[in-house]
Amino acid sequence: MARAVTTQRKSINTLVAWVIALLIFFPILWTILTSFKTEAQAINDPPLFLFFDWTLENYAVVQERSDYMKFLWNSVIIAGGSTILGTIIAIPAAWSMAFVPSKRTKDILLWMLSTKMLPAVGVLYPIYLLFIQLGLLDTRVGLVIVLMLINLPIIVWMLYTYFKEIPGEILEAARMDGASLRDEILYVLTPMAIPGIASTILLNLILAWNEAFWTLNLTAANAAPLTAFIASYSSPEGLFFAKLSAASTMAIAPILILGWFSQKQLVRGLTFGAVK
Amino acid sequence: MGNISLNKVSKTFGDVNVIPPLDLEIEDGEFVVFVGPSGCGKSTLLRLIAGLEDTTSGAIHIDGSDATSVPPAKRGLAMVFQSYALYPHMTVRKNIGFPLKMAGVDPAEANKKIENAASVLNLTDYMDRRPGQLSGGQRQRVAIGRAIVREPSAFLFDEPLSNLDAALRVNMRLEITELHQQLKTTMIYVTHDQVEAMTMADKIVVLHAGVIEQVGSPMELYQNPRNLFVAGFIGSPKMNFLTGKFAEPYKAKTIGIRPEHTDISTKSGDWKGTVGVAEHLGSDTFLYITIDGGDSFTVRADGELDINYGDTVYLTPRKDKVHRFDEDGLAL
Repeated sequence: MARAVTTQRKSINTLVAWVIALLIFFPILWTILTSFKTEAQAINDPPLFLFFDWTLENYAVVQERSDYMKFLWNSVIIAGGSTILGTIIAIPAAWSMAFVPSKRTKDILLWMLSTKMLPAVGVLYPIYLLFIQLGLLDTRVGLVIVLMLINLPIIVWMLYTYFKEIPGEILEAARMDGASLRDEILYVLTPMAIPGIASTILLNLILAWNEAFWTLNLTAANAAPLTAFIASYSSPEGLFFAKLSAASTMAIAPILILGWFSQKQLVRGLTFGAVK
Repeated sequence: MGNISLNKVSKTFGDVNVIPPLDLEIEDGEFVVFVGPSGCGKSTLLRLIAGLEDTTSGAIHIDGSDATSVPPAKRGLAMVFQSYALYPHMTVRKNIGFPLKMAGVDPAEANKKIENAASVLNLTDYMDRRPGQLSGGQRQRVAIGRAIVREPSAFLFDEPLSNLDAALRVNMRLEITELHQQLKTTMIYVTHDQVEAMTMADKIVVLHAGVIEQVGSPMELYQNPRNLFVAGFIGSPKMNFLTGKFAEPYKAKTIGIRPEHTDISTKSGDWKGTVGVAEHLGSDTFLYITIDGGDSFTVRADGELDINYGDTVYLTPRKDKVHRFDEDGLAL
């Protein structure tokens, strides 16, 4: 009897999980489907789900009209650069907070997080002016710096949580074994925290890849990443849904593929330390 | 060389004074055991010597030179932790070799030292395994191996056997003692287990609330404890303490009698009592007795003794083995 209830429960749980997953995934699926429709089919009423004339025309047009590879390359540099730079800064920061905490460590962590509570537009004006002054407007370097700063609190927080799980005695052992601070971080802490570091890097790559506020406001042509590429296809008349969808699909494809292949790592990292 | 001398060393955490200023001399080649109940500051004292904690005041000299503010890596000491603290991502070979890598030792020479340490510790068959694939005893050996290859001027052990089961603990205890006899290097060993202290030490340092209660050889502490604390801490089962009418004939506030220094009889003796629990170990019998008047008293008697729960017995302490203490708990 108990067994029957468990099986039934399991089926219900699976069903609910599938429904929720589909709900979350549906907008992406719809975008991908729309990218294969003609513009007329894209705005058809009632909407067409699977039975329409599949076409690659939108992709051809989008390719023709704009240089996808340039945007892609900018996205790779900006998302990759900001994540790598952020991680390099965050590892020692998280190390010190996790292993040599001071009275104010908790306050600093909270303060760092609080910077995420300010709407980005609140600091747009000063940052924009700074960018003009420093000649960083529409440069990849400028965006790497801004996105790194934006995501740094999250990187530090995540790494701090992972590092806290590592027994301090192992680092002390390394110190007794003659390791300098650099050796300790490089040979002992980092290899032990690899799952956590990897998932932090992945999550931040995704966040930086999808970041649209700063990338749209601080770039024009040279440093524009894929978010700007998508934006260039949104028109107020709303007649280019299919092309916008094709552009969006091309923009999210690389990160979607990366996410797919690394999902195991991501889940493992995000639940790190939850079960001891 | 492995002389370590502590001069007015103290440690305060916030407002808590864990170790009031203390002095201690550790001679080269000595096996010194810090023993005391948990929270007595013995591990803190070891960490101060290691350099893992900064002293609040005072000076630590290692081999004659001031090491008070020298970082742990540069003190020339090696430490074995209670949790083993092995590097989980490295094989046994790499774990043992890590200090040599840090010291920039030539790989060929390092390999020779690693193999050497591994053969001393019976680890040769496990060199390519990771700590997760080893048993507790093997892990502890790897931790010791990692300490040996450094050829330190002193070994520091922080309760290294606490995580092992009883049988393994006895084995490892012997191995560490043998290792000390082979290497003749100074060893400082922290434990709360007085049996480990008695069996391993050349010199025992008894700590209580951060204060050194007594320093001496195991037999000195056993025979001449300086105060009630040391008397009660050293020896197993614990020394019996009696006051009032029992102590008066000895002209003391308190008298202490070890369980093994009491004669037991079913016919006659100084004090009459009733047996509560009788533990027959084969080699010995431990009797937990309530003396008339309410005091409890433990006796260690012959293994074949046929005395059981509820029996009436008579106890007679051996007069020359009675320890006498004054009002302040100090030995008279």
